Amino acid sequence: MANREWQMIHSPLPIRHSPDILMQLAVNITVLASIYALIACGYVLVYRVSRVLNLAHGELMMLGAYMLLLTASQFSSHWAGAIAAAVGLSLLTGVLVYLFLMRKMTGEMVLAAVLTTVALGILLRGAIVLIWSAQQQYPAQRLEITNFALVLPGGARISLCAALLVATTALVYGSLLAFLRFGRWGVRMRAAGQSPLLAAQRGINLHAIYALAWGLSTLTGALAGMLIALDSGLDQTMAIIGLKAFPAALVGGLDSLIGALVGALIVAAAEVLLIHYVDPLLSEVVPFLVLIAMLVVRPWGLFGTREELDRV
Amino acid sequence: MSRRPHASGYFRTGYAQGLALIETRTERVALAVLVVALAVFPFLATPFYLDLANQVFLASIGALALMLLTGYAGQVSLGHAGLMAAGAFTVGILFKEVQAPFWVTLPAAAVVGALLGVIFGLPSLRLRGLYLAVSTLALHFLVVYLGAEYETKRGFSTGIVIDPPSVAGLVISSGRAWYCILGLAAAGTLLLCLNLLRSGTGRAWTAIRANETVAEALGIGVAAHKLLAFVIASSLTALAGALFGYFRGFVSVEAFSLFLSIQYVAMIIIGGMGSLLGAILGAIFVTLFPYAIEAALRALPGAQRYAGSLFAVNYAAFGLVMILFLVLEPLGLVGIWRRVQSYFLMWPFRHRPMAGRPR
Repeated sequence: MANREWQMIHSPLPIRHSPDILMQLAVNITVLASIYALIACGYVLVYRVSRVLNLAHGELMMLGAYMLLLTASQFSSHWAGAIAAAVGLSLLTGVLVYLFLMRKMTGEMVLAAVLTTVALGILLRGAIVLIWSAQQQYPAQRLEITNFALVLPGGARISLCAALLVATTALVYGSLLAFLRFGRWGVRMRAAGQSPLLAAQRGINLHAIYALAWGLSTLTGALAGMLIALDSGLDQTMAIIGLKAFPAALVGGLDSLIGALVGALIVAAAEVLLIHYVDPLLSEVVPFLVLIAMLVVRPWGLFGTREELDRV
Repeated sequence: MSRRPHASGYFRTGYAQGLALIETRTERVALAVLVVALAVFPFLATPFYLDLANQVFLASIGALALMLLTGYAGQVSLGHAGLMAAGAFTVGILFKEVQAPFWVTLPAAAVVGALLGVIFGLPSLRLRGLYLAVSTLALHFLVVYLGAEYETKRGFSTGIVIDPPSVAGLVISSGRAWYCILGLAAAGTLLLCLNLLRSGTGRAWTAIRANETVAEALGIGVAAHKLLAFVIASSLTALAGALFGYFRGFVSVEAFSLFLSIQYVAMIIIGGMGSLLGAILGAIFVTLFPYAIEAALRALPGAQRYAGSLFAVNYAAFGLVMILFLVLEPLGLVGIWRRVQSYFLMWPFRHRPMAGRPR
């Protein structure tokens, strides 16, 4: 795992001139931060709306990536169709997870709901291996997408898929923020997150809102999963990337989208720099070190709401 | 304490009876039968079943410790595997570096566990519920990272091999010897837990779990008792980890994944929160579950094609069972057992009378 990700982030690493290295590090941080941010917004969406920490997010994201594999074999004619179909399936998956599982946990202890997501994650992991086998797969080959390296001004390199990932993250965050700020359903989602009781009394259908939050969260996660899979292949370790993105969400504050962006940047910067200058083995643990530091200093995160602590 | 349904005719007449561990003759007989059965078991069982029993004993120690922490003191921990790893690695490192015998390594593991308990417990003074769970999760990764670091730096990248311990010249390696040791360890842990829970400490924990503010108003030192819960649970868990290391003869970080933590949490959920019996039932269930799945795969027609991916089947089935318990039976196996008991106690009636029910 450590090795693969190491290669993924650092694949074309020029080592001659130090300015190049700095540029490359900056690019690597941007790419990793985009990955974490795109995944973390799924944690934030679900937590902000329904106060449930979704620890199955990594697995749902992996499922999204495998969906691409499925649609690639069905609509191999065109990559855009395959991706669009996979995105639609992921949205549906999220909604179904809420309707058939998490809805049963409303009103239960917060922790019971979290453990249910953990159990769901284990179930999904097993099911994915049963369906698609544990071998590493390359959806990029099936879709006949060639992933080449772009050379940026300054000599740094970035693979096409990684660049796409950065762009997607910017797009997703832009549209999510606009949706939550101006959209009719977005406002409803914020209302439900602030006070479910009052929201329900104003005639907002809470179950529909929660289902939408789960759907959107799975969709964004799946987008991240697909792009990572296109960039560097797909196997069981992807769920770990999903779990590593969780500290990013918490560092920024579990109920703040902007926070997730900032948190992702902090965690990614810490990870890339420590890996580069100290020890590649640290890759697994750096996000969690940042997480511990944050929990000690400011448990509700940089942009989170402080009252959260007493509610859980 | 857990509320056991009793048949009519048994009434407590003094406070001492309320504290007694064994209250009625039936319980005494049942206990005697259990002890005899456990004593006879190793002479009848095949090595395979003996190994299963040993695994159950080991799991029970860890599950009892987690039950103290989560089921009684109400402090969530997702870092149980990290604590086990700490115990196992203490044994491994002391054995490799200074060839320490087990009577040094086991107490050392307990001490390391207690220290880690303080570290794991410190966040609990500020954090509650979800955030506490997350902080223990993060600490799990930290401990496992340190173990992996030791393994790679010292060149034991595949794991540390530990010689079996010897007592007075006798090497403990056979399944039967381990059965005795692990069985006694599990029984000792159970007794310790029972005694802790009927002492002031246990009642303080229960009060903290029920309502922290009220507990504090009653004069209970909330911070001290929370830390104590973490220290005792971690120290027991580290001991279990140390025994695990000796039992397997091999210590490696691969054995202490996040999945193990989840398995322990699953044990206390499946068994039933807030009951020591639940911890043991859960430990039995979760330990035997993969073997049951394997047997089912072998027995069922058409399931053969999944035999190659047994691991994945286990994973999926385990997740499914955990979900089913969380959604359908939050009280766990103990809840089912209590319901069966009440059914027979109530018979021929279906429900307790509305007024004056014995609560």
